[in-house]
Amino acid sequence: MEEQSIPIGMLLQKAAKIRAHILEMVAEAKSGHPGGSLSAVEILVSLFFYKMRHDPKRPDWPDRDRFVLSKGHAAPVLFSTLAEAGYLPTSELKTLRKINSRLQGHPDHRVPGVEFPGGSLGIGLSAAIGMALAGKVDKKDYRVYALLGDGEMDEGETWEAAMAAPKFKLDNLTAIIDRNGIQQDGLTEQIMPMEPVGYKWKAFNWHVLEVDGFDFRQVIDALEKAENMRNRPTVIIAHTVKGKGVSFMEWDPAYHGKAPDKDTVRKLVKTMLEE
Amino acid sequence: MLVQLASMRDAYAEVLLELGEEDSRVVVVGADTSVSIKTSLFGDRYPDRFFNVGIAEANMMGIAAGLALTGKIPFVTTYAAFVPGKCLDQIRNAIAYPNLNVKIVSSHGGLTVGPDGASHQTIEDVAAMRAVPRMHVIVPADAPSTRSLVAQACRTLGPFYIRLSRPSVPTIYSASKDVEIGKAKILKEGSDVGIVACGIMVNEAMEAAEALSKIGVSAEIVDSHTVKPLDSETIIRVAKKTGALVTAEEQNIIGGLGGAVAEAVTESYPVPVSRIGVRDTFGESGEHKELMAKYGLTSKEITRAAKHLVDSR
Ligand SMILES: Cc1ncc(C[n+]2csc(CCOP(=O)(O)OP(=O)(O)O)c2C)c(N)n1
Ligand SMILES: [Mg+2]
Repeated sequence: MEEQSIPIGMLLQKAAKIRAHILEMVAEAKSGHPGGSLSAVEILVSLFFYKMRHDPKRPDWPDRDRFVLSKGHAAPVLFSTLAEAGYLPTSELKTLRKINSRLQGHPDHRVPGVEFPGGSLGIGLSAAIGMALAGKVDKKDYRVYALLGDGEMDEGETWEAAMAAPKFKLDNLTAIIDRNGIQQDGLTEQIMPMEPVGYKWKAFNWHVLEVDGFDFRQVIDALEKAENMRNRPTVIIAHTVKGKGVSFMEWDPAYHGKAPDKDTVRKLVKTMLEE
Repeated sequence: MLVQLASMRDAYAEVLLELGEEDSRVVVVGADTSVSIKTSLFGDRYPDRFFNVGIAEANMMGIAAGLALTGKIPFVTTYAAFVPGKCLDQIRNAIAYPNLNVKIVSSHGGLTVGPDGASHQTIEDVAAMRAVPRMHVIVPADAPSTRSLVAQACRTLGPFYIRLSRPSVPTIYSASKDVEIGKAKILKEGSDVGIVACGIMVNEAMEAAEALSKIGVSAEIVDSHTVKPLDSETIIRVAKKTGALVTAEEQNIIGGLGGAVAEAVTESYPVPVSRIGVRDTFGESGEHKELMAKYGLTSKEITRAAKHLVDSR
């Protein structure tokens, strides 16, 4: 079979649009989590616009690949990706966090395409394992993806799940760590040192890959390798930058959970979409 | 009328500094939410007595148990969404069962955490903590009473759960007015109906009393900041005097203050009890005032319930 070429131009465009949505929606909401949304853009774009088998017209299609946003506070990146993919109108994004809106501060099942309500950190990988196990039982070939924060790895449940997935030989499961180096109170290596991250997952018998989380070719190549791996789950450690794309947010822990104001965002978005 | 607003978590952070000065056994444990809850101020002042364990609430409780077992007085703090949610077992088996001197202070309780949505709006913590033997459960109404109750908890042996809300709230207690753990406070005398509230709903109860007095209903207002052990003596006295009670709390109506009051009066002096709180449903994103209105956590709801009780006598 001929190797499909990666449509980098389209992916770059989607990423730019999604970054703009993220900034606009948190500015409009005056709250939310821009930092960890911006760091995960290329990961979600690679999944939803290249790798995953899914159909926005059939969000409950039993054979679809599943994406679990375990770090649920990054809801803005998920909602805007789902909107760009056609699960909901992009015009709805500005209702984020408002009363009576479907777009909650943390994702839930009101929004088509959302597979799992993340929000309480640490619970997503376990749920992804359950979905992957069911796929094995039902002899289905769908794949399950779970995106975790690097601070989220502090939670014990992450490691309980990390032990379980290799036991069940879940080669239909790929975990992705958004390794942006920052959690809520500050730098991960100061709040709770996590290095050597790769060795930890290796010691738990995972197939471990490390990539530049902003390089589509690297991310997609790793996703392909994960799919070709037999009898073992894969974890992709995606090296990223929190707040990516907005110079004053990058590497500033304050922008974990703080919204920039609307004027600033208007200017940022203009330059972003021009580039 | 000028209403003075103050934040409970600011009051908590301030009193922690004083307690840290006063008693070197006081230590603080946090879980990656210390800047937001401001316990990081304690860490700045006393870096040797402050431990941030990362996003690991269960581990945090276990560590607190160990600290208490070796003579420290640990204050354990994160968002109420995850304490007790993530660590009920550790609270039960590592802290309450051995009756350890751990002070759990959770912030951002209830719906008024706001736009974060239901995953972060804890409405079952008071009920869960009430059901654990030996646990004291305290829900302060404002900043000054937070200060006082936290300080008293520090000086009282045994496990405590103290639940704070996120919004700045009107100040009810002047510094001079006393609050005492275990003693419900009569904030206003009345004869037709008793309104027993805790937390941010105390202010709503006070406003309801004003509205009720305009329609000729005299309400007695009780701040039952100590949900457990409940001051049943005071509650029964109010029940006998007024013949009808309304409870008000920022919690599920199941198992919290409303439950406690209903249990107390049913056993010794049954009167009708109308419970105001979240009606066994998850919350949603929204601004805190919008949520209080939509989910019936308002003086208007209290007024309506009180009037209904009086009318149906
Ligand atoms: C169990 C739990 N504890 C605390 C929080 C509060 N909280 C939300 S985000 C966050 C930091 C997350 O850091 P990380 O996983 O690195 O996410 P990212 O950097 O990708 O935003 C914390 C502590 C939570 N949502 N869940
Ligand atoms: Mg991070």
